[in-house]
Amino acid sequence: MTTSPTSAATLAGIREVSTVVDDHGEQVPQIIRGTGHLPEMRVDPIALFHRVREECGDVGRFRLADSDVVLVTGAEANEAFFRAPEEVLDQAAAYPFMTPIFGKGVVFDASPEERQQMLKNQALRGDMMRGHAATIEAEIRRMVADWGDEGEIDLLDFFAELTIYTTSSCLIGKPFRDQLDGSFAEIYHRLEHGTDAIAYVDAYADIENFRIRDTAREELVEKVQAIIAARVEKAESLGGEIPKEDRDLLDVLIAVGYDAEMVTGIFISMMFAGHHTSSGTASWAMIEMMRNPSVMDEVVAELDELYADGSEVSFQALRSIPMLEATLKETLRLHPPLIILMRLVQSDFELLGHTLPAGTLIAASPRVSNRIEEDFPRAESFDPSRYIDPRQEDLQNRWTWIPFGAGKHRCVGNAFAMMQMKAIFSVILRDFEFAPAQPLDSYADDFTKMVIQLQQPCRVTYRRRSGR
Amino acid sequence: MKVVADTGVCQGHQLCQGEAPTVFGFDEDADVVVVLDEHPDASLRPAVVTAVKYCPAFALSIEEED
Repeated sequence: MTTSPTSAATLAGIREVSTVVDDHGEQVPQIIRGTGHLPEMRVDPIALFHRVREECGDVGRFRLADSDVVLVTGAEANEAFFRAPEEVLDQAAAYPFMTPIFGKGVVFDASPEERQQMLKNQALRGDMMRGHAATIEAEIRRMVADWGDEGEIDLLDFFAELTIYTTSSCLIGKPFRDQLDGSFAEIYHRLEHGTDAIAYVDAYADIENFRIRDTAREELVEKVQAIIAARVEKAESLGGEIPKEDRDLLDVLIAVGYDAEMVTGIFISMMFAGHHTSSGTASWAMIEMMRNPSVMDEVVAELDELYADGSEVSFQALRSIPMLEATLKETLRLHPPLIILMRLVQSDFELLGHTLPAGTLIAASPRVSNRIEEDFPRAESFDPSRYIDPRQEDLQNRWTWIPFGAGKHRCVGNAFAMMQMKAIFSVILRDFEFAPAQPLDSYADDFTKMVIQLQQPCRVTYRRRSGR
Repeated sequence: MKVVADTGVCQGHQLCQGEAPTVFGFDEDADVVVVLDEHPDASLRPAVVTAVKYCPAFALSIEEED
């Protein structure tokens, strides 16, 4: 997309952030030389986004190749961003790095908004949560079944595998999930890792990261193909049909006539939003509790009391667990899984006295907004008491407390995600104690891809609590 | 108290109806919440507070009145 002369005039009133990484520098890959702030976004996006607010205020801009990106922060600008209808600010076109992951040949009849609605209506309905909670509890217990009395885990490996099982089981179905093992999670991780911002120049560029991504996707299609073949064979051996109680979404898609390529694309797109986000949040909640032992103690005490009467995790995870919830919210504030949310301006968009021309990219940053000092006093400190009445800093700051986004597009899976986190910690904190296996300040995110993942190593030790 | 719903933000999860069915209803056609009782009895406050707190879309709020 190119900016026309009149458009440039319109954006001229919005200050552009300074440049600290020479986009023609020797360390910059050839393919993204001269692309403005793209080289910096690939190595340190957090510094870039914070600097936009520091230098330009609530509305500033940076440049990704031929596109200007207007970055908004603060309640007023965020509200305008989040309230804009899909026809004006389009999500799908703003994430070129996702297209090769969902599948180039896979044509979805549905917009992201419609897909979100479908997910909400089919898999995330309130009345389905009880079943999901039971499923998630069973999956966690299955993961820790062979833990013994003490040992060590890698947070990324552990939670990424667990959340493959929970998302596939809850969103697709148990029969499909039961065909998966750790190798599926490993392949899926390579796919998520293929979200290099170089995609803003060419999502199919011939670079190693994209080759790994494309190989991973082919491997996933092969796995799904094998699962489909086994399902079809089973149906034939049973006289043509899988019994109703053993069917899941896969049977529906087979019946519609979709091939493995299409089915894989659909499954990837369904699982994508719920996977790395939940995995990262669980990891960071664990890290923050290890860094703040008094918070860990309070959460453990809360859970011990809650479950003292022998009540079920699948029951309690759907109910209020105030200290654990506050801990999770504070984890999400400081470590939002998505640090930037982007849209493509489809028709001229009025924003705080500026008119953004069609073709401009516009973005909000959960990472920056969640740390605005005026809204979140001592914003850099981990303080779950922010969410206890009457402070309620999440509800008080609906347009800047935005780990799930906001408005019509607010993550439809957020209630599911919170329930899942409550179930996970209910199980593991009641049976085990955790301790860091490396310096506490060495746990960090890898920000070099658009999908952020914990940097490895990220190891913790566990020990079974006495009497458990 | 006055109960306020922002239908420009509501995603139609309908969880609020579970918490306070006499206060929150649902417009099936528009797929959004309808406030049935803007000034509910004080006895309903805990249920309304829970509905506001757990609304997955942050679409609800309580305005205090004198």
